[in-house]
Amino acid sequence: MKELSLNILDVAKNSVTAGASKIEISLVTDAEGMLALTIKDDGCGMSEETVRNVTNPFYTTRTTRKVGMGLPLLKLAAEQSGGELVISSSRDEITHGTELIATFNTKSIDFTPVGDIISSVCILIAGSPEIDFVFTDVTPERSVSLNTAELRAVLGDDISLAEPEVQTWISEYLKEQYVSQ
Amino acid sequence: MKSLAELAAIREKMQNKVNIREGANSTRVVVGMATCGIAAGARPVLNAFVEEISKAGLNEKVTVTQTGCIGICQYEPVVEIFEEGKDKVTYVKLTAEKAAEIVEKHLKGGKVVDEYTIGSVQ
Repeated sequence: MKELSLNILDVAKNSVTAGASKIEISLVTDAEGMLALTIKDDGCGMSEETVRNVTNPFYTTRTTRKVGMGLPLLKLAAEQSGGELVISSSRDEITHGTELIATFNTKSIDFTPVGDIISSVCILIAGSPEIDFVFTDVTPERSVSLNTAELRAVLGDDISLAEPEVQTWISEYLKEQYVSQ
Repeated sequence: MKSLAELAAIREKMQNKVNIREGANSTRVVVGMATCGIAAGARPVLNAFVEEISKAGLNEKVTVTQTGCIGICQYEPVVEIFEEGKDKVTYVKLTAEKAAEIVEKHLKGGKVVDEYTIGSVQ
């Protein structure tokens, strides 16, 4: 993947597949340039065995073929910059869900640039307008956030977050937060 | 600054449209957005379709949706176009530029862009 935001787009779709009603995506960069990416969902969760196997490219839940590259590629991106990928998951009746934390050293020459994160967030929302997405991107200099539950409260039930006009608004809303700080 | 009030205005505007939308959105543009598609460049292709369809004033007629792996990863980015009463058209190895051309010629002009279809590369 050429951009970390493409990994995020790809991997967050696993949360959609897990039947999540809420997906939190956060990027936090500290003063030393360490970036922590967290993707947390309230989906069905994975068994311990599945968690052990998900970063193996030859493991997949798909039945059409024998490879699954999403998480292995994210793990590679994290590790090649000097970070790591940690996944925890629960299938508990009440606390079910999955949390993955990938860390990156943004100062490493092998760090994959984040790229067009706004585009990835918009596409995730358009693909699953009924899910609550909470997105935050924080550095020591600025803080960007979006919560689709708040937008849905304004739009009501009959206007979908996937509508092109709404998508344009979300994209510009995020863009403004990035440039104005 | 973008405000929630502006979003409420979009809502007002769109609610008026809902009534005249009966029978609309009969054409679907489906973009493969699994790992294979994303890695091959499906994100800019999807964005190009959304932008160009909007520019061409086709939002009422055409919806853009996402799907998982279609099963022909070597031809990604892959886009399928479903039109009512017509056979499905599968476009392969797309770019944002090709997407704009497809919106202009196929979705607006009604003529399939044969050179980008799967039939012409196989």
